[in-house]
Amino acid sequence: MPQISQILETYASQFFWLLIVFGLIYFTIGHGMLPKIEASMDARDRKIADDLAAAERARAEADNLGDSGAADLTAARTEAQAKSSAAKAKAAKDADARLAKADAEISIKVAASEAELAKATAKALAGIEAVAADAAADIVAKVSGAKVTSAQAATAVKAVMSHG
Amino acid sequence: MAGESGKIDPMHQFQIEPLAQLNIAGYDVSFTNSSLFMILVLGALWLFMWGGMKRDLVPGRWQMAVEGVTGFVNNMLTSSVGPEGKKYVPLVFSLFMFILMANFMGMMPFGIVPGVHPFTVTSHLTITAVLAVISFGTVLIVGFWKHGLHFFSLFVPHGTPWWLLWLIPLIELFSFLIRPFSLALRLFVAMTAGHVLMKVLAGFVINGLNAEAAWVPLVVSIPSFILMIGITLLELLVCAIQAYVFALLTSLYINDAVNLH
Repeated sequence: MPQISQILETYASQFFWLLIVFGLIYFTIGHGMLPKIEASMDARDRKIADDLAAAERARAEADNLGDSGAADLTAARTEAQAKSSAAKAKAAKDADARLAKADAEISIKVAASEAELAKATAKALAGIEAVAADAAADIVAKVSGAKVTSAQAATAVKAVMSHG
Repeated sequence: MAGESGKIDPMHQFQIEPLAQLNIAGYDVSFTNSSLFMILVLGALWLFMWGGMKRDLVPGRWQMAVEGVTGFVNNMLTSSVGPEGKKYVPLVFSLFMFILMANFMGMMPFGIVPGVHPFTVTSHLTITAVLAVISFGTVLIVGFWKHGLHFFSLFVPHGTPWWLLWLIPLIELFSFLIRPFSLALRLFVAMTAGHVLMKVLAGFVINGLNAEAAWVPLVVSIPSFILMIGITLLELLVCAIQAYVFALLTSLYINDAVNLH
């Protein structure tokens, strides 16, 4: 087995070259190249994590916006409903008020007309009594030749008329 | 591969041959085929990492592969040590990738070029021992640095009955001290055994084909060849598993040093 039979002749050379080669590997590759590779891996991991976090934030923001949009929509709808019901109520009140005013005007007019009518009727009735009394006096004078005063005639006519 | 006698020597692949003589302070530190393969491992690992350095936000295939491996080692340390384990990622990553690349480099079919033999760096006890000492030494340094002499409380697990206090620390100390040996021997033995098995099977295939009797290739070579395909795949799996085991155990031992059970 050369590993053991040659050991005394070769150990110095083996140690020497191994230490040179392993030292080069340790210092130039282990401490020179490896940290750079790890740094780029770390940078990539950090970038991925950052991007994921940014995406998560954007998603949360979008969710928020959606929620607030829905809330805005509901608020606008209730506002519109309140406005329309207020407008309806106001319109109804206006109509009531106008109706009441018109009613009042109409009833005033009706009352005035009725008063005029009553006056006219009274006037007409008075006219009829006078005419009837004149006519009764004329008829008495013609039939009996008796002279009747207009006051007597009027009393008689009134009596007759009130008896119907 | 072939010995002088024409037989196939399965141990020859572990032979270290100097390619260029070099002496420093009386020590023979020649550039060998083992050193060459270490350099190849360094180059392959550097190339692999370089391909992943584009640092795109959306990684390509190569960058994905590099980031997969670094993320794997990172996860291993964070899950076994905790957030403090990040500090030890360069060390465990270097160990894991060096062992993995060395294991795979030994499996490369360089042998199809005449005169070239792949060499498995991690099949040598000298190499695995140094790696184990690096791992174990880190544990010791971190442990004493962070906890001082309190680090010895590692040998007295929670809930030890008082009447066992003379025995449990001894067992714990022994199991602690044996860690570097088990780390080194596990990798060394696994790689050596796998490569010996593959070489023996390859010897069956070739010697069967060269046999004079016509039935031998049919009975020996073809089944050996089929078996060898399976063993090769298994050995590729072992390459990855051994690197993983070494890195995982190192991170578990670092956990002991950092968190003291």
